[in-house]
Amino acid sequence: MAFENLVDVDSPVHDVRSEAIKEFETQGFPSRRDEAWKYTSLNSILKHDYSVFPKSENHIDYNDIKKYFIHDIDTYKIVFIDGKYSSHLSETTHDGVDICLMSSALSKPKYRPVIENYFNKVATKDGLTSLNTAFSQEGAYIHIPKNKSVAKPIQIVHFSTGNEAALMLQPRNLIVVDENSHVQIIERHQSLTENPVLTNTVTEIFADKRAIVDYYKIQNDNENASLIDSTFINQKQESCATVHTFSFGGKLTRNNLSFYQHGERIDSTLKGTTIIGNKQHVDHNTLVHHIEPNCESHQDYKGIFDDNATGVFNGKVLVDRLAQKTNAFQANNNILIGDKASINTKPQLEIFADDVKCSHGCTIGQLDESAMFYMRSRGIPEKEAKALLMYAFSNNVLSSVKIPEIKQRITNIIAKKLGVNIGFDL
Amino acid sequence: MLKIIDLHASVEDKAILKGINLEINAGEVHAIMGPNGSGKSTLASVIAGKEDYEVTQGDILFEEESINELAPEERAHKGVFLSFQYPTEIPGVSVTNFMKTAINETRKARGLGDMPANEMLKMIREKSEMLEIDRKFLSRSLNEGFSGGEKKRNEIFQLAMLEPKLAILDETDSGLDIDALRIVASGVNKLRSDENAVIIITHYQRLLDHIVPDFVHVMFEGRIVKSGGKELAHELEEKGYDWIKDEVNA
Repeated sequence: MAFENLVDVDSPVHDVRSEAIKEFETQGFPSRRDEAWKYTSLNSILKHDYSVFPKSENHIDYNDIKKYFIHDIDTYKIVFIDGKYSSHLSETTHDGVDICLMSSALSKPKYRPVIENYFNKVATKDGLTSLNTAFSQEGAYIHIPKNKSVAKPIQIVHFSTGNEAALMLQPRNLIVVDENSHVQIIERHQSLTENPVLTNTVTEIFADKRAIVDYYKIQNDNENASLIDSTFINQKQESCATVHTFSFGGKLTRNNLSFYQHGERIDSTLKGTTIIGNKQHVDHNTLVHHIEPNCESHQDYKGIFDDNATGVFNGKVLVDRLAQKTNAFQANNNILIGDKASINTKPQLEIFADDVKCSHGCTIGQLDESAMFYMRSRGIPEKEAKALLMYAFSNNVLSSVKIPEIKQRITNIIAKKLGVNIGFDL
Repeated sequence: MLKIIDLHASVEDKAILKGINLEINAGEVHAIMGPNGSGKSTLASVIAGKEDYEVTQGDILFEEESINELAPEERAHKGVFLSFQYPTEIPGVSVTNFMKTAINETRKARGLGDMPANEMLKMIREKSEMLEIDRKFLSRSLNEGFSGGEKKRNEIFQLAMLEPKLAILDETDSGLDIDALRIVASGVNKLRSDENAVIIITHYQRLLDHIVPDFVHVMFEGRIVKSGGKELAHELEEKGYDWIKDEVNA
């Protein structure tokens, strides 16, 4: 395989990569014949001739891209431009914690034990993940040793400059949070031109005993950029992991989000707000695997679809025979505004234990006409009234965001997306 | 201020208003009474601009301009206010934020800037005290889980905040206990002036004991069939509506 020349053969993950190449060669890209991809076709985004390893190093000025950061608070930053690490935009650390680069973690011997224990250990072997495992060269490496609460949130931001006609990126993040530690992470992918970009990103997260992981994904890329995000979270006892996914931009976005609970009294929370229009497509494919007793999971996804936008929610909750006293909750509520907008929502509960509380509910509706008239009769114009109702509808998801600046940022994005200039409740 | 001329309106091809004529001047309070299904609430909704109703004939003039073709928010900006019989619950939007948005959008439409935050807070405090509304109540979601009385008090709070020229109170008295009725009525009375007008839609005399009307109209089968002074309301309270129906059918 020609690509072998471009990857580091001496790396401890060399064998893992060789295996992954074989997996991808066997499986290829998923098609709509695969049950998990029934409502999401990659055809339109795979037709471009993507360059996979951009040659040139590109520079961008902080002031030009400042707006894509949460910049009003102090944060660590791991920033990539066209897949390559940008040291001048980043702020990493090795002071008690490792917040740095995947490439150095893969090449330096001192990281070897962590890499051997965790790299590719929770990621699945499906085609797209294997493609990433095989070819990813860069990403964030975060290791928080035990009893550490990272003082600042960490931003992982990937920019693409459009210097390549079409670019495919394969970022790979590894986040290991040891016992009793706490970390907050914000991830964003942003292309700076209209050239097509396809990002196939894989993130592995390991939350050890009593660790707390808060992860925020802000998906507001331009409408020629597509994102396939596969995030795998392995939790140990009494750990608490929360992922918020805010999807407003992009052409096609697929979120594969999988939680595996290895221990008791684990809490897993998955929340998402999707507000899209035009021909945008957002697909949330979630899995919570309850393996041991006395654990909880909470899923709450809201979607608003205008114009010809399409959405998919496929939420799987798997409760093993041993996982008694599981408390699993899932909700997916949608509003269709555009006449041609659509949503396919499919809760999938597989329960093998007999003493569990599992609930799920999905709704698809329109905006409440009587509420619209009520608001308009008070002088709130139609567009603003609609925006207030939509914001209120998705507010449940925002209410659990722990960083006020993120809440403010998301609120601003929503107001801009809905074309209004009104203050929402915070 | 308001002039309704031969107004016909229907919903899904069913005629509900069949030729309403009504003139209301600044400073006046008009009560509209009548049995269930006579079209009172429809008239209120049509004046406020509810799009479910189609005006098939006639006109509504507000300050001598037709408002028939205007959107509900445009009518609100001109100074029309409807206190709803059944206020809609809007989860996730707080009373305060709703009020702020309504006031600032109305100001924007009138070419004014946003109301300064301290002025807004002061106004909210004054008006909520006038209506004996608990501060905590203002941060709750609009009408969500409110009791019948709280909903109606909240409607009058909005009326006080927006200071419209024409207030239409659609069965504001229903669901109110005697104390709440007194608070609501005294709130409305405080807002009365020579420059605004009130339409009170009600079945009963009791609200009219507190907000005394200058004129009382009786609606029946989509028309105003009788008009008079406040004594007409007493007569209706005593004798019911049957004699009116008999008069109309005679």
